[in-house]
Amino acid sequence: MSYKADFRIWRGDVDGGELRDFKVEVNEGEVVLDIIHRLQATQAPDLAVRWNCKAGKCGSCSAEINGRPRLLCMTRMSTFAPEEVVTVTPMRTFPVIRDLVTDVSFNYAKARQVPSFTPPADLKPGEYRMQQVDVERSQEFRKCIECFLCQNTCHVIRDFEDNKAAFSGPRFLMRIAELDMHPLDVADRQKAAQEEHGLGLCNITKCCTDVCPENIHITDNALIPMKERVADRKYDPLVWLGNKIRRRGSGD
Amino acid sequence: MATGTTGPAGGTGTNAPGRARIQARHLRTDRWWLSPAVTVAILSAFIVYSTWRAFANDDYFAEPYVSPFYSPCLASKCDSMPMSANAPLFGDWWGMSPALLILIFPLGFRLTCYYYRKAYYRGFWASPSACAVPEPRGKYTGETRFPLIMQNIHRYFFYFAAVVAVILSWDVLIAFRDEHGAWGHMGLGTLVLLANVLLIWAYTLSCHSCRHIVGGKLKHFSEHPVRYRFWGFVSRLNGRHMELAWASLFSVALADLYVYLVASNAFDDPRFF
Ligand code: SF4
Ligand code: SF4
Ligand code: FES
Ligand code: FES
Repeated sequence: MSYKADFRIWRGDVDGGELRDFKVEVNEGEVVLDIIHRLQATQAPDLAVRWNCKAGKCGSCSAEINGRPRLLCMTRMSTFAPEEVVTVTPMRTFPVIRDLVTDVSFNYAKARQVPSFTPPADLKPGEYRMQQVDVERSQEFRKCIECFLCQNTCHVIRDFEDNKAAFSGPRFLMRIAELDMHPLDVADRQKAAQEEHGLGLCNITKCCTDVCPENIHITDNALIPMKERVADRKYDPLVWLGNKIRRRGSGD
Repeated sequence: MATGTTGPAGGTGTNAPGRARIQARHLRTDRWWLSPAVTVAILSAFIVYSTWRAFANDDYFAEPYVSPFYSPCLASKCDSMPMSANAPLFGDWWGMSPALLILIFPLGFRLTCYYYRKAYYRGFWASPSACAVPEPRGKYTGETRFPLIMQNIHRYFFYFAAVVAVILSWDVLIAFRDEHGAWGHMGLGTLVLLANVLLIWAYTLSCHSCRHIVGGKLKHFSEHPVRYRFWGFVSRLNGRHMELAWASLFSVALADLYVYLVASNAFDDPRFF
């Protein structure tokens, strides 16, 4: 089945822009990115859009469709009624470059602020064998395709530009959780999560989880466990006392 | 808001400098307001009901059933409730309803619960109402300051909640007696209390703090096989934490309502044996 769909697409750059209306053909089985490509081919050859894989794996085509942050290549046209107007805008948390393309370098800057995996200094290569149960938990987080839809949706920075300096966002707080759960990592991730990466700004309202195209349980499996670890470290007098008395090493 | 759709963005929120200039605050076309509205409606109804019942100080005991709102009784001015786990810690001077003494704990547990936090931040505080729907305020500090930084004590409420769950389980056990104290009875009320306590346990054990305490805090699951198994069990329950939060909220209100109806003689408890 083929029909003509009404599209509204934001066109512009940092100096301003507007939503423009287009009528464009839609065929069975197509996704929003197909329609954007058809528009480029037929009506708007200079329409800027970022994409690479068209398979939901490269994380390039993040945008907002009818106000919801999504991957253009993974949003099927069949989710919309034929008479529905489909509005496509760039992500609204990052600076726009042109049309649907935004400058996501905020995320790369935040990524660089997370110290990399830090094994014990005296550990020689080959000395440690990981057990499956120890890697399992962080394997979920490694499915991340770095589309930054979670970063874009998070109200902490989406609605409050001022918080960008203090908040690393769900993607990188999840990275910190992943490292903190690693059996061999010895860096102090807990204090850093709270004091340098703004974990306390997250109010666990789960929008990051809602939009993640990899269905990673960011809030339940990374952010909340990390908040609990921070509570152990900073806010729980009994745990603090217990650790003082037992003087346990990092062996657990 | 700045005017016009074509000028450079210079505002706040999604119109902060540099971002795509789009006048609409959000472009969602679905019924995003439905879920926060339902949350507000249900939680408000529960608050009204439980406030009425907590202050009522009456009709909370109908041998052998005790309302979960009034158990255990920590004051000495309670109805005589044979075998109940009452402990008159507060003695005589407490003149108000004894429910107020005990309800602080389940209230604190739910108020600081990670799921309810999400629910009321979204529903009551529009922070945010729904994803990609902007917040109606200019500044946001999340859970970094007083009072919200106090959410970090949730684990202590978890410990208290576990104690309360044990006491409510005891209440179910003694509901297997008849009104004269002879064992081997069961009425509809027994089943109501039993269903409630099962949901309360499931909700309590599915708590994120519980998940952390039983095993989530570990770095080496492989060195703690027993805790790893507990963690696996709690994690499965935890996946249903939202559903359990609502189900146990309804069940606790229904259990109280049932006891109220029986105690006020509005309804006769059907006996099975
Ligand atoms: S759960 Fe936390 S990190 Fe995720 S979107 Fe909400 S506030 Fe942001
Ligand atoms: S966590 Fe999910 S939403 Fe966030 S960047 Fe990774 S894949 Fe995208
Ligand atoms: S084009 Fe690669 S994720 Fe959409
Ligand atoms: S009870 Fe909900 S997280 Fe603890």
